[in-house]
Amino acid sequence: MQRPVPRQAGRGLVHGIPAVLSVASAFVIWEIYVRLSGISPLMLPAPSRVLDQIMLNRALLWDNTVPTLKATFAGFSLSLTVAFSLSVVLDFMPRVRRALFPIFVVSQTLPLVAIAPLVVLWFGFDLTPKVLLVALVTFFPMLVALVDGYASTDPEIEDLMRSMGASRTDIFRSARFPSAMPYFFAGLRISITYAVVAAIFAEYVGARAGLGIVILNAKNSFRPDLVLAAVVISSLLTLVLFAATAMLQRIVLRWRDLEERR
Amino acid sequence: MNLLELNHVSVTLGDTAVLNDINLHVAEGEFVSILGPSGAGKSTIFRLLTGTLPLQDGAITGAGQNSFAFMPQRDALMPWRRIIDNLTLGLEVQGVPRKKARAQVTLLLEDFGLECFTSHYPAQLSGGMRQRAALLRTIVQGRPVQLLDEPFGALDALTRTQMQTWFEARWQAARWTTLLVTHDVREAVALSDRIYVLSRRPAHVIAEITVPIPRPRLGRPICAQVHAIEAQLLETLLDQTGEKP
Repeated sequence: MQRPVPRQAGRGLVHGIPAVLSVASAFVIWEIYVRLSGISPLMLPAPSRVLDQIMLNRALLWDNTVPTLKATFAGFSLSLTVAFSLSVVLDFMPRVRRALFPIFVVSQTLPLVAIAPLVVLWFGFDLTPKVLLVALVTFFPMLVALVDGYASTDPEIEDLMRSMGASRTDIFRSARFPSAMPYFFAGLRISITYAVVAAIFAEYVGARAGLGIVILNAKNSFRPDLVLAAVVISSLLTLVLFAATAMLQRIVLRWRDLEERR
Repeated sequence: MNLLELNHVSVTLGDTAVLNDINLHVAEGEFVSILGPSGAGKSTIFRLLTGTLPLQDGAITGAGQNSFAFMPQRDALMPWRRIIDNLTLGLEVQGVPRKKARAQVTLLLEDFGLECFTSHYPAQLSGGMRQRAALLRTIVQGRPVQLLDEPFGALDALTRTQMQTWFEARWQAARWTTLLVTHDVREAVALSDRIYVLSRRPAHVIAEITVPIPRPRLGRPICAQVHAIEAQLLETLLDQTGEKP
């Protein structure tokens, strides 16, 4: 029996309509409230003003999006590489898993607020501390997804392969690894959203450029409209990455779609 | 010539004695069934033969790990592989190059009625077709003995009957040396040359019955002889479950 796995959310544009409508109406209400109440834009800028700021500062925003993207990708690649290598080691050596897993769990209990300044202190204002922080945040979910995924392998398929004379490595390559793919993608979609937030936070604590720096500077000069403009960009960034992983999943896990349609 | 012999095989799992002094043999080209109540330990015999379970007591002769091709209860097709790549799995594990493995599978496709489904995923096939694919995956490994663990058990009644009839015809043409595990009396009588009946746990052989009825046996009116054997088997089995009136 296949164990249940979170499936792909939302199929097609039609399913997205209610979400789009509710978000749009929230913005409309916000806009109306700001206009009617006459609240100062230093307190709460209207969505239209935020949009204006995005257009006005597009060069600045773009220049600072690039370093954030770099940190996100570099950190995520590092975490993926380490998580995958380690997951293979742990799968072949259950004893090592029991020894190391508690350490990984503890790594997840460290508050980012406290760790980020220390990492910046140790590694400076370059890319390194951001990469490390993104990796720290995304590594564990990816590792757990892979390890759980391997464990979800149908024991009958493993027995079958063993009866064929397959080695442990054969079984890993042909059965356990493919079985973990749905879990891997579930983990990937969660981690990619953490990754952007972690990158921005790392920049916020100390960096030369990046969306985190834009937010920090805008906050310090009492520009909530510019803060929100940067927030919108970072959200868009996350959404684009999320969509990219969803598309990749669609291609790699085509067989799951077939199963679902049955 | 016996391709497989079990002599005084006993197995204890934890505190439970599962197999108690099992003796059986399968000759070349013979179709032998192991019939027993559910949970008697029929599948344990297969786990011994496929090496999933180490042999504790007794001897298995004529066997190396490479003597058997195993077909599990559920089809165990890999849902992420197309049918063709599922079918070549055993050859792939043996180290046969992909092209050659595919060629070997292709030779059998038509006999198994799978020639139009090679690029499908398992999820796109009906239960009966999946079972055929699982059987082809077993046969194509070219092992001397085929071990079939309730291959039709998971199918609905109609599909099962169709599959049994189809299988009988295939078997008659190819005469694979086969050891079948089942708890379906009718299936055992329809397909087997000989039937071993197992007792309740700890299982031992309580009857060995030869079925001297000419093939094909399915798809024609059931003769009195079949009835007699079925009745005899059923009585032996019911004796075991303690449900005989």
